Amino acid sequence: MNLKLKIWRQKGPKAEGKMVEYPVNDVSPDMSFLEMLDVLNDHLVEKGDEPVAFEHDCREGICGSCSLYINGEPHGPGRGITTCQLHMRSFKEGETVYIEPWRAKAFPIIKDLVTDRSAFDRIVQSGGFISVNTGSPVDANAIPIRKESADEAFDAATCIGCGACVASCKNASAMLFVSAKVSHLSLLPQGQPQAKERVLAMVAQMDAEGFGNCTNTQACEVECPKGISIEHIARMNREYLGAAISYSPPKATVGGD
Amino acid sequence: MSTQSTNSFFLSSLSKKYFMAATGLFLIVFLIGHIAGNLQLFMSGYEGRLQFNEYAVFMTTFIPVKILSYITYFCIVFHVVDGVALTIQNRKARPQKYAYSRPDKNTNFSARNMMVLGSLILIFLGVHMYAFWAQYHWNDQMPIMLHTDGVSPLLKETSAAIKGGQVVGTDVVLNGEVLGPVMKDLYQIVMEAYQVWWVTLFYVISMVVLAFHLWHGFASGFQSLGLNHPRYMPVIVIAGRVFSIVVPALFAAIPIYIFLFVK
Amino acid sequence: MSEYRKETSELDARAPEGPLAEKWTHHKDHVRLVSPGNKRRIDIIVVGTGLAGASAAASLAEMGYNVKAFCFQDSPRRAHSIAAQGGINAAKNYQNDGDSTFRLFYDTIKGGDYRSREANVYRLAEVSTHIIDQCVAQGVPFARDYGGLLDNRSFGGVQVSRTFYARGQTGQQLLLGAYSALSKMIGKGGVKMYNRHEMLDLVKVDGKARGIIARNLITGEIERHSAHAVILATGGYGNVFFLSTNAMGSNVTANWKAHKKGAYFANPCFTQIHPTCIPVSGDHQSKLTLMSESLRNDGRIWVPKQKGDTRKPNLIPEDERDYYLERRYPAFGNLVPRDVASRAAKERCDAGYGVGASKMAVYLDFADIIKRIGADGVAAKYGNLFQMYEKITDENPYEVPMRIYPAVHYTMGGLWVDYNLMSNVEGLYVLGEANFSDHGSNRLGASALMQGLADGYFVVPYTVGDYLADDIRTGPISINLPEFEQAEKAVKDRLAAFVNNKGSKPVDYYHRQLGKIVWEQCGMSRNAEGLKQAIIDINALREDFYKNVRVPGGVNELNQELEKAGRVADFIELGALMCQDALDRNESCGGHFREEFQTPEGEALRDDDNYAYVAAWEYQGAGVPAILHKEELVYENIKMVQRSYK
Repeated sequence: MNLKLKIWRQKGPKAEGKMVEYPVNDVSPDMSFLEMLDVLNDHLVEKGDEPVAFEHDCREGICGSCSLYINGEPHGPGRGITTCQLHMRSFKEGETVYIEPWRAKAFPIIKDLVTDRSAFDRIVQSGGFISVNTGSPVDANAIPIRKESADEAFDAATCIGCGACVASCKNASAMLFVSAKVSHLSLLPQGQPQAKERVLAMVAQMDAEGFGNCTNTQACEVECPKGISIEHIARMNREYLGAAISYSPPKATVGGD
Repeated sequence: MSTQSTNSFFLSSLSKKYFMAATGLFLIVFLIGHIAGNLQLFMSGYEGRLQFNEYAVFMTTFIPVKILSYITYFCIVFHVVDGVALTIQNRKARPQKYAYSRPDKNTNFSARNMMVLGSLILIFLGVHMYAFWAQYHWNDQMPIMLHTDGVSPLLKETSAAIKGGQVVGTDVVLNGEVLGPVMKDLYQIVMEAYQVWWVTLFYVISMVVLAFHLWHGFASGFQSLGLNHPRYMPVIVIAGRVFSIVVPALFAAIPIYIFLFVK
Repeated sequence: MSEYRKETSELDARAPEGPLAEKWTHHKDHVRLVSPGNKRRIDIIVVGTGLAGASAAASLAEMGYNVKAFCFQDSPRRAHSIAAQGGINAAKNYQNDGDSTFRLFYDTIKGGDYRSREANVYRLAEVSTHIIDQCVAQGVPFARDYGGLLDNRSFGGVQVSRTFYARGQTGQQLLLGAYSALSKMIGKGGVKMYNRHEMLDLVKVDGKARGIIARNLITGEIERHSAHAVILATGGYGNVFFLSTNAMGSNVTANWKAHKKGAYFANPCFTQIHPTCIPVSGDHQSKLTLMSESLRNDGRIWVPKQKGDTRKPNLIPEDERDYYLERRYPAFGNLVPRDVASRAAKERCDAGYGVGASKMAVYLDFADIIKRIGADGVAAKYGNLFQMYEKITDENPYEVPMRIYPAVHYTMGGLWVDYNLMSNVEGLYVLGEANFSDHGSNRLGASALMQGLADGYFVVPYTVGDYLADDIRTGPISINLPEFEQAEKAVKDRLAAFVNNKGSKPVDYYHRQLGKIVWEQCGMSRNAEGLKQAIIDINALREDFYKNVRVPGGVNELNQELEKAGRVADFIELGALMCQDALDRNESCGGHFREEFQTPEGEALRDDDNYAYVAAWEYQGAGVPAILHKEELVYENIKMVQRSYK
């Protein structure tokens, strides 16, 4: 089939960008969306043009690299998939396909469709972990964990950090991402000792990165390729409220002699 | 990990949500009280008028109610200020808009337009407060009627009949005769207002706007306060939907009823 | 064919003396240590942030070393370890089925067809239990039973349930655990993280690995980074085949640069072809998708008995189907090891029994299990995999059998390392899939994750100190040394050559060509004739590549074509070495199947007398045969026998 692509082209972080139209012909319905872009890029290189920069790696929906806003939705039409799992059979002959990068102040554009999502890394660095050093922790079965909690923690932990939640949110809020990590760790007994510090620190970092506020539109939940529920946002709201009310920082202690 | 001061708690994005939710949910409770009172407007004739106006006196003089009303004003103001602050911040979070976006694919109309809906409600509130609240409190020319105060009615005419009277203290005096204690006839103002078709229409449209605002706002408030549980959330959502249709519909029914049936 | 020099048996693995079960403990007790105060004066570079790299970087930083970590992805969380589906082995014996360190060790050696190093594999089995403890402590949400304890499942080629899993996303959950540990240390300042940086050369000073040259992939800037030791945890090289289950970015460049600087490349021809992948659907295909090995627990593999049968699978009656794995291997049936299952599928397709449009596929049929436990039962077990299959192929596997075909999945070969995981270049350590050490010529399912984390959490943090104890007085390594200058210049020249080469063909064209050659001649089965031709073809392709490749854009910007060009250039050289290695090894073992060396029934025929060695190759230049160094494999604790799954 033949399609008309309208792709955001931007030379660099500070350059002006614009939508540029490219026709692509003889697209096979079995192609993945990214393979269709590969074909376009090979044509562009052969013509001597610069290929479209876009992010991708595993191409099986787990690494979270691919990040395209296709026809007005993150990861395009279809639910529970990433862009690399989107196939061309989802499009119609002659259709115009709009392709844009994620747009958020906290995800500045580097080039074309590539954005800088390191804000997510910094949020995790601020507290998205359990402080256990490598060494000899207790036996893995020493702490039984209710299956229900373990399963729920897993559901939250499946987040691939793609940023579709931010991209879909009209406020460019990162609440689903942050809450998935807070929820995952706070649902497990191992994560409890640090739960208050974690949620306070991660929310503070989230705010500092310039993400917007959550207004519960639920777009993130709809567009999340892993179907992560906004229940996790509610859990984070609870955790944060509790922590903000009751948290007192540990007092500095003087070391032994 | 960084420590958190009280100050940063109030500045955090989550706290703004809590305040939005808490004030919003309070206003929802207020709406229940308000509609309960307003339903008295369906009572016609002298008894209706009497009961409604007595109710107005009660609402403006009973101290606990007064306190509640100040809390309500505060909530409205805070809800508005907080909402504006959130919106400004949210706009900043996406300085460059999408060239092509289809938010209708993943959100409902209400959720996307809370700010617009809220602003329209604010305009409505202004008009509403001017039309009734401000008249009731500050208009010297308010019609009055005799306050029965537990005694059998002294005057069965419409309040217009005592317009010639003078208020002396809390009593009205007509042609030198003390008729008894009086109260402002809010009922009359309401009935007159809704005889005008465009006033009625304005109120009805405003209630539709309110319905949309509540459609998202009700369950959203619970979610923001962290009250989302797989077992209870469906109940909350359904309750929210029912509330957001029934309450504004009742509010809207009053002017329609008056416009059509009260002459 | 002896165009290269062989130098025999000079490589010493430096495995500690003593009984197998005590080697590691004894070794840990006697290696030199670096005191906490001195660790602060020592810098370590870790390249790659997958399971091995992230776990090593985090652990070393926790110990007090200054760590600089590098990854080419936009975040360390995206390393390709994340895509591992099935699980991770550990000899916990939670299921009380008689599992033990020795059994895990033995299964791994046998599964690897007796081409791995005994001492390393035993250590791997020994630390496997600590990995599970560590990961659970980090909050990795492994599957649990209703009592709240950890659940296990069984994987191909073994008779116990020792595989821990997190639905079909075990690799993701383990990587996120390691990533969280890494993030914690980045937050604390123990690790300086360089995202979107690609290592483009290794810098050696006085024969020791002392730093790297890296390119900032956003600005294109070439940076020098120095350290007292360099750790490569850069994964496997399966993308030499172009089509593989690897991520698009997975590459051999860091390893290859180290190889060019003197590190030996061991057993490059040992590649694992995974039997259950979604078949190629057309020329546009950019990568292949794996369907988890767990599907073989319940799916039955078959082809029609009639050649070129074009009937729909459901219309082919039972007695006209050939369940060839069950026919050939009655004892293990559909659960034979990966190499065996892959070769059997290829044999059927080559003989003309393949199915689907391309005729290069076999059926994986779930009709029996669906009949037995119902579609809902199957959905509970494999729902996400069935969904994934349907998304890609637009076919419903509940109604029609899956079509599958083998695809390149993992590379057992890698840089040669000793018992301490140090390569023959002093101060250069290699971890995870990037080294060669633990899987011999075939890796068992759920062992890759185990090895990556064992190396990173529990091996290198101990062994690196033994080397660094000499460096406590060295002080910071200057990046102004001539060695850094020369290496930087070489990198810049090379990049400039690419963008100034006004050729006509895109990089992918060459990558596909290379993939085709290597897949056909050095894939699931090899022969001397084909391998010799492949070496000639690859050398010709290399010349064409440098002459005619077109890399648009400049050097000082984000330039994905330039990144690919550098990687493909290295893959081309590697391809030739793989063929050389395969040609040298006149036997069949594990994933390496030489058509000339098979039993009358078509099974792999090992030659333990002549080939029980690790082939470690020394680089001599592009297009020049490498020099072979051997490490003899000595088995003191087990007997080498012919693998049989019949």
